[in-house]
Amino acid sequence: MDAIILQILNGLDKGSAYALIALGLTLIFGTLGVVNFAHGALFMIGAFCAVTLSKILTLSYITIDESQTDFLGNPLQVKTPYIEGWFGPEMGASIIDWAVPLAILFSIPIMIAIGFIMERGLIKHFYKRPHADQILVTFGLAIVMQEIIKHYYGANPIPTPAPDVFKGSFDFGTMLGFDPNVIIYPYWRLIYFAFSALIVGAVFAFLQFTTFGMVVRAGMADRETVGLLGINIDKRFTIMFGIAAAVAGLAGVMYAPINSPNYHMGMDFLVLSFVVVVVGGMGSLPGAVAAGFLLGILESFASMNVIKDIFPGIDQIVIYLVAIVILLTRPRGLMGRKGVMED
Amino acid sequence: MINTKIHDMRMLVIVAILALLAPFILNPFPEGSALAQFNAGYPDLMQRFMIFGIFAIGFNLLFGLTGYLSFGHAAFLGVGSYSVVWMYKLLDYNIAPGLILAVVVSGVFALMIGYVSLRRSGIYFSILTLAFAQMMFAIAYSDLLGRFMGTTLTNGETGLQVYTSDPQYLINDWEAAPHLFGLFEMRSTYTLELGAWSFDFNAGYYLCALILVLMFYISIRIFRSPFGLMLRAVKSNQTRMNYTGLNTRPYMLAVFVISGMYAGLAGGLMASMDPLAGAERMQWTASGEVVLMTILGGAGTLIGPVVGAGFIKYFENIFSKINDSVLHGWFGFLPDSLENAAVWVVEHFVGSGWHLTLGVLFMLIVIFLPGGLVEGGQRVMKVFSKKKPEEEATQSKPAE
Repeated sequence: MDAIILQILNGLDKGSAYALIALGLTLIFGTLGVVNFAHGALFMIGAFCAVTLSKILTLSYITIDESQTDFLGNPLQVKTPYIEGWFGPEMGASIIDWAVPLAILFSIPIMIAIGFIMERGLIKHFYKRPHADQILVTFGLAIVMQEIIKHYYGANPIPTPAPDVFKGSFDFGTMLGFDPNVIIYPYWRLIYFAFSALIVGAVFAFLQFTTFGMVVRAGMADRETVGLLGINIDKRFTIMFGIAAAVAGLAGVMYAPINSPNYHMGMDFLVLSFVVVVVGGMGSLPGAVAAGFLLGILESFASMNVIKDIFPGIDQIVIYLVAIVILLTRPRGLMGRKGVMED
Repeated sequence: MINTKIHDMRMLVIVAILALLAPFILNPFPEGSALAQFNAGYPDLMQRFMIFGIFAIGFNLLFGLTGYLSFGHAAFLGVGSYSVVWMYKLLDYNIAPGLILAVVVSGVFALMIGYVSLRRSGIYFSILTLAFAQMMFAIAYSDLLGRFMGTTLTNGETGLQVYTSDPQYLINDWEAAPHLFGLFEMRSTYTLELGAWSFDFNAGYYLCALILVLMFYISIRIFRSPFGLMLRAVKSNQTRMNYTGLNTRPYMLAVFVISGMYAGLAGGLMASMDPLAGAERMQWTASGEVVLMTILGGAGTLIGPVVGAGFIKYFENIFSKINDSVLHGWFGFLPDSLENAAVWVVEHFVGSGWHLTLGVLFMLIVIFLPGGLVEGGQRVMKVFSKKKPEEEATQSKPAE
């Protein structure tokens, strides 16, 4: 029992990342009808927003401390981040410590801007082109983004720690009546899950309870009619693209402490996110979220030792196997609508 | 029709002559001269031109004719490589049984994957092939199948290679490297010194070239056959094909298997030139590469994939060699500040930045020139000839 709970918890954080990326992919697909292969790159750029902010915050000036010497006997050079100089050492240190959460604020405008530029500058011209062309051009864009990041940040993963407060683990077991230290779960992963649940909730609430969201949903159902009613649906869809980019970016920002960002992390997630979208049902937002969590949890169950002893390495292929089975038995995915992508 | 036939024959002859004379054509600059870095006439690279040419021709049969975009073709490439190395391990260094096995095994895999994937079309097909390829990559990379059976099948991330402890039942004393029936070793190279120039004639390269010409001929025949016409009909409107009461699935499956066999052959040749097989050949970036080649050259055209493969491999090689000091040499005539600015801009795109160049180039091609370099060439020709453009039978609309 405790093992099962532990695996469910372990699956949640990866599942959250899948769900957020898949949600963004589905938003773009459902509104604009474009298959965005560059979505993983947006996730990656989000993670690098966190890296960038922590680099900016730790920009330092060098002072020479005459009272101490380094190992060569020269006066010691002390690096002080500017931010500590401005806000005092304690305040400054804690600001640096909180770089990742602060990066959320930092990344939203950046991601929305990137989304806008992408949609207006590139994707707009591909609405009328075949899906294969859309896949190809966004694939090219993903390569470009990835290589630019690689050029400036190098090919190695850059550790981006979470704030010290969240370093420890939370003992779930004691709460549920198990022995201590049986079910422990890092705080940050818990926060990641809560955060992604919040984002998913916010996106759904936005679509469900605002006039803007209502128009967007109407546009998803029948774009032409909405256009004929005199509503500028293109503008709203562009904004939705920006929001989708921001969702992917936020998923990336918060994921940075879990896995040190490197330039190809987006591609790794993208392939799986596509599988998630297809399993959930192309164009279905709840489907994407549900399938994201489902596959994340499934993956963590498959990595249990009991199962690995029977099928070695099943954890690496279980998602693909499930995707294949689902596509063959329920071709529209778990919650797919009729008539989406069935040309 | 006569016109097309002559056109095709002309193209075949051109490809054959280019392949034959490649050691000369690719080494136009004397050894040791400043431009020698633009030479590409060394055996390893020329072999890669041919091998990726075969791979891209095969991919184009599927994507160019039917418009089904497979994102998992590298899986067959890997399967081909593993088959050949296994034949080395079991029999001897003769590549012939390995290549036959590579084609057969990759055909079987293509049959299985195609049978499942072709139930869906469009984006679903792309994702299904991608999922299969990633699954096979995971299996090969961690040798899951081998572990499941309690042996080594792909040797995991180390890659499969021949060890002295392998059985090699047919081995002779003189065998130390891949060869073809003992006629010649793949690595044997004859170097011709002509004044300042030197040209390498490599046995393995000529084998690859011969196979490429053969495969090119087969692809011409498929393009021109009723079968090819049927596939193109699938591309333009599959629903209508179904309404006429025709089941397109067998045709699709056939071309998928053929295309997979091409990839398997290419993978087999890779292991024939260098007796190794690694899982990284199957990764989806490798599948992406062949997509890039085909699109860049011109999907749906006969010559496009070969052009694309050559183009990408050539510039990959050249661009990767350029570094800062070379750039400073080039821009040395500019004033200092301008020189540094120019070097700063260009250095993003050369050396390890080659992939960035490739990505940008690829986007530009998809956006402005969906027909690839072949279409570009035709447009340029049109401008110069001012004649009414020839009917181009190989040209077709971008894929659906």
